[in-house]
Amino acid sequence: MAQSTSNLNLAIRLHNVGVEYDMPTDRINTIKEYSIRLMQGKIKRKKFWALKNVDLEISQGEIFGILGRNGAGKSTLLKVISRVLIPTEGDVWICGVVHPLLQLGAGFHPELTGRENIFLNGTILGHTKKEIEEKFDEIVDFSEIADFIESPLRTYSSGMKARLGFSVATAWMPDILVVDEVLGVGDAAFQQKCSERMLYFREHGSTIILVSHSPNTITNLCERAIWLDHGNIVARGNASEVSAQYNTATMGKRL
Amino acid sequence: MQQSKKQIYDSTKRKHPAIEELLALFQYKDLIMQLTRRNIITRYKRSALGIAWTMLNPLGTMIVMSVVFSRVFNRTEAYPVYLLSALLGWQFFSQTTSGCMNSMLWGSGLFQRSYLPKAGFVVSTVFSGIINLLFSLVPLFLIMAIIHVPFRLSLIALPLVILILAGFTLGIGLLLSSYVVIFPDLSEMYPVLLTAWMYMTPIMFPEDIYLDILGGWILKLNPLYHILRLFRMVIYDGVFPTSDQWLIATAISVITIFIGWMVFTKQADQYGYRV
Repeated sequence: MAQSTSNLNLAIRLHNVGVEYDMPTDRINTIKEYSIRLMQGKIKRKKFWALKNVDLEISQGEIFGILGRNGAGKSTLLKVISRVLIPTEGDVWICGVVHPLLQLGAGFHPELTGRENIFLNGTILGHTKKEIEEKFDEIVDFSEIADFIESPLRTYSSGMKARLGFSVATAWMPDILVVDEVLGVGDAAFQQKCSERMLYFREHGSTIILVSHSPNTITNLCERAIWLDHGNIVARGNASEVSAQYNTATMGKRL
Repeated sequence: MQQSKKQIYDSTKRKHPAIEELLALFQYKDLIMQLTRRNIITRYKRSALGIAWTMLNPLGTMIVMSVVFSRVFNRTEAYPVYLLSALLGWQFFSQTTSGCMNSMLWGSGLFQRSYLPKAGFVVSTVFSGIINLLFSLVPLFLIMAIIHVPFRLSLIALPLVILILAGFTLGIGLLLSSYVVIFPDLSEMYPVLLTAWMYMTPIMFPEDIYLDILGGWILKLNPLYHILRLFRMVIYDGVFPTSDQWLIATAISVITIFIGWMVFTKQADQYGYRV
């Protein structure tokens, strides 16, 4: 009981989370290669901790920043939060559904019509058919493709596909939105649209987790942040303070 | 108030992966429906003949094979029906298990970004396979009517036979899909195995020629033989299988699903580490 009260305003709580990869040093993707190497005794495995001893609490409705260089464990942490990866050790507690912002058209099929793709993509995001029917008109309006809704997706321009994907992905207010800026794609106008949506969600109560290797982005958008390095949290707290520490440390290394 | 609506995930209260995946499948049942729909629609959309193709395809195979083999196996009465009764089941099995792997490879792009019940990609492929199988029964019944093979009461057992085969197919589909994410070339090697398996199963040839090979063990050890012979019994022979025959086929089906499900859910838990 005591625990549930303390979780009341939390969106995410990670306790002592560690992720250990145990993989061959070279990527082996075929059975043929695997069997040959196995016979030669040439499969060398490398174990390393991509995350270690991560404790993290994120409140509902905040924009939380995760800062760090490439390979620091940011993406691994996002995967743990998105439940794509089950950590090797530690506990994960998540309240609500986690959505990635950029899932543009990953589940689209070129032979299906716009209408059929909206339903397919909506269910991939975890919505029921009924929920999609309720939002259907809104999605079509927002994507500005009403005249082509019964045409197969292969006849759409790339702009139309992007608009449709974005409309489906953002039709529902996510409980927790995960934004990996490192993977950010699209032109300036599109990124502008993404930022607007993010702020709109934030105003309406979504929790947002922003991953970036730019301290400026973190300072501008987030209240609190952590700095990840080699899988450990090396600093946490106020976003501008964490960014300042990060700046000092990386500057020092360059000199 | 909103708090109570949100679903809570707590890793300390995780159930066994095999049970967790099953519950998630029910939660995502609309996704399975949409994936099944997609499989059916995309298969026929670009062909001018549409759904008629499912019916013409086995018909064509059957005509070719009947012409070739009817003379060789002229002892076998109504050879086209003898052939087709088992061939339709075989085609369902081979196409669906291959389809499971392709569906899984397509889905891996999605479940590396957000949480999804991965078994949904396999289950929906089996569902669409069953629908295709039902369509392909139409030309079979047509041929039976044309060459005067009687429709017997045993046909009422056909739905149960299809269910047993679908179960076995699901189990094998799950096993293959467990490993295709790690070794994508599995889907290229599988057709070789399928060809060998097809010749080891009495589909085109009369059953008695297999009895001399390894003292008949080639049939006894072949799970598909025990299931496909039920198709032949209820459609071609017009008799109900004995209780032993039902029992063997059902046991094979149930055990394969169980093993497939345990292996699949155990592997699926680790996919996050494979990127």
